[in-house]
Amino acid sequence: MSAPQSQNALIRWIDHRMPIFTFMHHELHEYPAPKNLSYWWNFGSLAGIVLVIMIVTGIWLAMHYTPHVDYAFQSVERIMRDVNYGWLIRYLHMNGASMFFLVVYIHLFRGMYYGSYKYPRELLWILGVVILLLMMATAFMGYVLPWGQMSFWGATVITNLFSAIPLFGDPIVTWLWGGFSVDNATLNRFFSLHYLLPFLIVGVVFLHLWALHRFGSNNPIGIDTKGPQDSIPFHPYYTIKDAFGTGVFLLVFAGFVFFAPNFFGEPDNYIPANPLVTPAHIVPEWYLLPFYAILRAIPDKLTGVIAMFGSILLLMALPWLDTSRVRSATYRPIYKQFFWVFVVDCLVLGYIGANPPEGWFIVIGRIATAYYFIHLLIIIPLLGKLERPLELPASISTPVIGSGAAQPQAARMEKP
Amino acid sequence: MADTAHGRGPGSGDHGGSRRDFLVLASGAMGAVGAAAAAWPFIHYWNPSADVLALSSTEVDVAPIQEGQAITVTWRGRPVFVRRRTAAEIEQARAIKPADLPDPQDDAVRVKKPEWLVLIGVCTHLGCVPLGQKATEARGEYGGWFCPCHGSHYDTSGRIRKGPAPKNLPVPPYEFTGDTTIRIG
Repeated sequence: MSAPQSQNALIRWIDHRMPIFTFMHHELHEYPAPKNLSYWWNFGSLAGIVLVIMIVTGIWLAMHYTPHVDYAFQSVERIMRDVNYGWLIRYLHMNGASMFFLVVYIHLFRGMYYGSYKYPRELLWILGVVILLLMMATAFMGYVLPWGQMSFWGATVITNLFSAIPLFGDPIVTWLWGGFSVDNATLNRFFSLHYLLPFLIVGVVFLHLWALHRFGSNNPIGIDTKGPQDSIPFHPYYTIKDAFGTGVFLLVFAGFVFFAPNFFGEPDNYIPANPLVTPAHIVPEWYLLPFYAILRAIPDKLTGVIAMFGSILLLMALPWLDTSRVRSATYRPIYKQFFWVFVVDCLVLGYIGANPPEGWFIVIGRIATAYYFIHLLIIIPLLGKLERPLELPASISTPVIGSGAAQPQAARMEKP
Repeated sequence: MADTAHGRGPGSGDHGGSRRDFLVLASGAMGAVGAAAAAWPFIHYWNPSADVLALSSTEVDVAPIQEGQAITVTWRGRPVFVRRRTAAEIEQARAIKPADLPDPQDDAVRVKKPEWLVLIGVCTHLGCVPLGQKATEARGEYGGWFCPCHGSHYDTSGRIRKGPAPKNLPVPPYEFTGDTTIRIG
């Protein structure tokens, strides 16, 4: 089935001049993948699918959206009420943003658990963090477009982060706004950038895949494939596994879209933007809450902003902060426990970010923020030196096939 | 391993491949149905929205129009000509035999009251708005309308008489809601 041997003369003609069919066959069909990938490895392709859904629904929304302070809110309501299936396409886009972050965060934690960021996949990991940053910027600017109360005040608060920059803070914020407050110029440039950035994300996704395909996927055991006996062709084995996972994911997605479309949203964003009244309790979307909690945990403005951006940028340094050569947490008994503590810490930060900064929330937020940095800057580097990992199997096949037994559990039960 | 990677293993009892073919066809057909169902909202999104459909009728008060005059009103974003014809213009429109026209139509079926001619003012050639609403404008060789884009001549019944346009100017759905009021649409 390889393209050069294709029966179709047109395919052979094109492929001889531009080997795109050979390339696709090589990267999507025969591409050797470790044979032990679990369902945690579905989330990369899922993220790609959500990106496509977001771009398509977004282009469609732009066909009826008006980026003007006087019309933006109305045009979104018109999409919801008057445009054919406008409600569906907007709810897909709105909930798609949440699904995108959900999938990407699982993808990211999977990489952390199985040490997917370690040699030779450091650049792959860094490109992933770049995608995450672009996603956050895109999501933030998209949230501004409906021009509700949360849109307006979210835009005001986030752009004001840049006023923390010494000396040039205020001129930079004025420059970002194109005026002396968040106004029509801001809305227009946010719309323009919100349309542009997803295509940049597509570009970085291609780099991410390029880097991935250099050495192939990591796997739950975290050791390299030792030969053809350790891998299976991507198609049909992982195309069908990804397709099944996509079906399950789409059920969850559709569940939110059709039965709880405003579950992730804020009711205040259905009030048109009012530059004279700030809502009593403003919060970002859930996927930004942990970082929002870090921002508020630190009483100094500039340090808070640095800590917030630093908490994301620090992830890029993870391949060098982690001094352990063992990738998978399966063989790192202590790291495995700290990993889950870190996951809980991130969830706590999210919870704190959703609550007003008062009383115990402040104390817990500070402890959780401190732990976030302690985990990355102290625990991870030290663990690599102090922890004694379990013995790694000789190959990917060993834990499965062992000494002739088909299933380790079954084999273990048979033993006296 | 090599067996699974290269399709049917020996002795699987699946010599015709019918089971696999069935699964591929069934899942492929299901996927096609799903893709079509998912595509429809995106296609229908382009159709006129509810607020556009709600604007699909226009009320016109024609009382101020004197004999020989015409006004242009907007209906669904397009110009509609309302012309109060003179007796001579009606006579001119009815003098010709419909069978001799490029798009045969009797003047009587194009009007509700002979005095009032209501037309969609969009040339049936390529969509320009013909001239002739004002007495000072060119009305073509047949005293009706003249399209300056490609030279189509319409008569006093709005029928094509000369030029590249294939059809008469269409009559929109309308009715008289009073002696001098028309509802178009």
